[in-house]
Amino acid sequence: MSVTINVNGVDHRVDAEPDTPLLWAIRDHIELTGTKFGCGMSLCGACTVHLEGKAIRSCVTPISSVAGKRVTTIEGVQSKAAQAVQKAWEDLAVPQCGYCQSGQVMSATALLEKNTRPSDAEIDAAMEGNICRCATYVRIRAAIKEAARTLG
Amino acid sequence: MNETITANQSTERKGASRRRFIKMVGAAGAGLTLGITLSPLAACLTDAGKNTVFAPNAFIRIGTDNIVTLVIKHLEMGQGSFTGLATLMAEELDADWAQIKTEAAPADVGSYKNRLFGVQGTGGSSAIAESFEQMRQAGATARAMLVSAAASQWEVDPGSVNVHKGNVFHKASGRQSTFGELAAAAARQPIPAADTLKLKAPKDFVYIGTKVSRKDTGKTDGSAIFTQDIKLAGMLTAVVAHPPRFGARLASVNDKKARGLKGVVDVVRIPDAVAVLARDFWTAKKARDLLEIQWDESQAFKQSSNAVMARFKTLADKPGLSARNDGDADQALGQLETVLEATYEFPFLAHAAMEPMNCAVRVDEKGCELWYGAQLHTTDQQAVANTLGIKPEQVKINTLYAGGSFGRRGNPHSDYVLEATHIAKARPGTPIKLVWTREDDTRAGHYRPMYVHKIRAGLDKKGNPVAWKQRIVGQSIMAGTALEPFVVKEGIDPSSVEGASQLPYHIPNLAVELHTVDLGVPVQWWRSVGHTHTAFSTETFIDELAYAAKKDPVEFRLQLLKNHPRHRGVLELAAQKAGWGTPLPKGWGRGVAVHESFNSCVAEVAEVSVHSAGHFKVERVVCAVDCGFAVNPDVIKAQMESGIGYGLSPALMSAITLKDGRVVQSNFHDYQVLRFGNMPAIDVHIVPSAQPPTGVGEPGTPPVAAAVANALFAATGKRQHQLPLRLS
Repeated sequence: MSVTINVNGVDHRVDAEPDTPLLWAIRDHIELTGTKFGCGMSLCGACTVHLEGKAIRSCVTPISSVAGKRVTTIEGVQSKAAQAVQKAWEDLAVPQCGYCQSGQVMSATALLEKNTRPSDAEIDAAMEGNICRCATYVRIRAAIKEAARTLG
Repeated sequence: MNETITANQSTERKGASRRRFIKMVGAAGAGLTLGITLSPLAACLTDAGKNTVFAPNAFIRIGTDNIVTLVIKHLEMGQGSFTGLATLMAEELDADWAQIKTEAAPADVGSYKNRLFGVQGTGGSSAIAESFEQMRQAGATARAMLVSAAASQWEVDPGSVNVHKGNVFHKASGRQSTFGELAAAAARQPIPAADTLKLKAPKDFVYIGTKVSRKDTGKTDGSAIFTQDIKLAGMLTAVVAHPPRFGARLASVNDKKARGLKGVVDVVRIPDAVAVLARDFWTAKKARDLLEIQWDESQAFKQSSNAVMARFKTLADKPGLSARNDGDADQALGQLETVLEATYEFPFLAHAAMEPMNCAVRVDEKGCELWYGAQLHTTDQQAVANTLGIKPEQVKINTLYAGGSFGRRGNPHSDYVLEATHIAKARPGTPIKLVWTREDDTRAGHYRPMYVHKIRAGLDKKGNPVAWKQRIVGQSIMAGTALEPFVVKEGIDPSSVEGASQLPYHIPNLAVELHTVDLGVPVQWWRSVGHTHTAFSTETFIDELAYAAKKDPVEFRLQLLKNHPRHRGVLELAAQKAGWGTPLPKGWGRGVAVHESFNSCVAEVAEVSVHSAGHFKVERVVCAVDCGFAVNPDVIKAQMESGIGYGLSPALMSAITLKDGRVVQSNFHDYQVLRFGNMPAIDVHIVPSAQPPTGVGEPGTPPVAAAVANALFAATGKRQHQLPLRLS
């Protein structure tokens, strides 16, 4: 059984069962490891990628459901918003252990791609699904605001 | 400010019991002396590919490409060890921060031991404290050899050669060279004796005490490599079926269905578990779930949390072993009119690092090689060697970033490391990567133990506390580990009572007793160890006494801390920065706590808002920390933020419970942890200090639950004696 999925602009034929989560297709078949496994139940957000520009949890998304759709991972994200987010993340020294940060960056980027002036409530809503056990949340909020500022 | 700061003062300071055990382990490991030993890697000139390298010691390599590679002996698990140790070396080397790369040290106790442990390992918030002098000496050694090489080339006095940001120069003649240009010549210079090196005075620091960019890079673009990301040729992923209860044994397994799944390569029986091997995780996981396993649960642990708690409470009413006994607390309590009493309950806690435990291993005829976020290299190396019947030197450990640990990766029994090793042993020559699911990780045990505390304390007529009696009931973390013989004395595991047995308050009659309970649930240190519970009970109870004495909680504490200037310093600073005593909105409350752990003092003032239906929110935490000399102020702030956030999970929502021995929780829906919206604003202040640096990775955690509980009391008039906090 194989499914063709488009990841970061490239079509990949993935030879796997259709119920295989997109996360594991990305990690084990396409061999991009920036997208992380944290819970497998859409509870922690470490696996966040963009599907047609929207932040989704790849750990519960079967590859059969994304055939022919555009998937962007942390390795391929390059919008202005993504660059602003990554720069703010570096400038404010957000990451600690770093394991959740691909997902944090993807969630924050999806927010700012749609809304460059998010309120605190909108930031809360966008980031509530991304757990950080190092609790870098204070800096994440500050970095989103900083990125938003630079996006004008 | 003192002219110099030396590391060895820090061990003389009376500290937490954890430090004592570290000392004991150090003595056992024959590495207690804090004299500087830099591995005599005098083969200074090595050839790493095309790039000739100057390697004056095990920590520094300077290539002809002008890249300075610093080898970091402490696991980077988010706490900033790569940045911190690099700062110390770069400072004395006078390198340019941009030319510095960092890499994790492999297992090599001869070169990379933690000089407070005596073995190679990271923990006890010790990285900067134990390496402060050693890393600077390493940098100064390399600098001296670069200077000597330049002086010799330029035929000038070494004393007239200077170094600034990676540039070696002779001012009078205008000559200058990069480190890269001098690397080959520097490698031929004699290694200077340590006592000939003069370390910088603090006034000359360029990097120490400033904000520098972090050196654990690749964490915003997905390029950082964690254990989960290791891929080796021919590697198989292993997913394991674990027993449903602690202590259950594997009776039989029918793996027919699992083996029938396309992509499954093997099913392997290991001690009391079954591993499925496949080319990818998803196949291995699906096949694992198809295993039909019979477990022998005759010897398994089958108790429930509520029954255990009830038993602990019964024990708390009976005398235990003495951990501290000043004056006569029983007699004094019998004579006082005002006596308060409280019984505290603490559940098991899982570490729940974002990266579930995992480990990559290959076993072959030469030995064994591992790739993972190793935290206790030497004990893991020994355990793997014992398992395979080989020598520790045949066990090679490649250290990777850890996706969090909070103590978990430094398992005293090497649990997940040995599980991976057993699997790899069954497939010689094949690299295997053990991957735990979140459920595996949550249910694997090695928890922060359950505890019950009972405290009785009394005030004299002037409102002074004159008697305090505290009993602690719980499992020993050190029991059954290699550390037990060195740290457990006369039945007291110091990690069960630390923070209570060193209660800093002046109370003339003070007794702390311990009941150690043997329970078939594996337990382990969890960020700040014993302080996770002792800070809560002591700091909420002292708060109760303050209110009973009708005194301001900050003033009350300060009065009792006359001989503890560092406690006073952080308490006064936190109170001042928080606006202690100023009005708050209606329904809000403010609470304070101060606690010493890992030789650092931290005070936190929490503000909570209480809403209808028992709902409350922690709005703000103001933190003051005294961790000696602040090497990386921004990392210290980050660790206080992190420690507070980590401590808020057990304060607000996290608990592991057992039902008939089975772990009830499995993933983040039922083992809940702090999320984005519950994070308070945090304001961190560092007390200026010229004393040697002390810990920061853990000390931010202990006070926060107590500060929040005290704030809830201020808002509601109700005391909280259990975690998580519940407004009923």
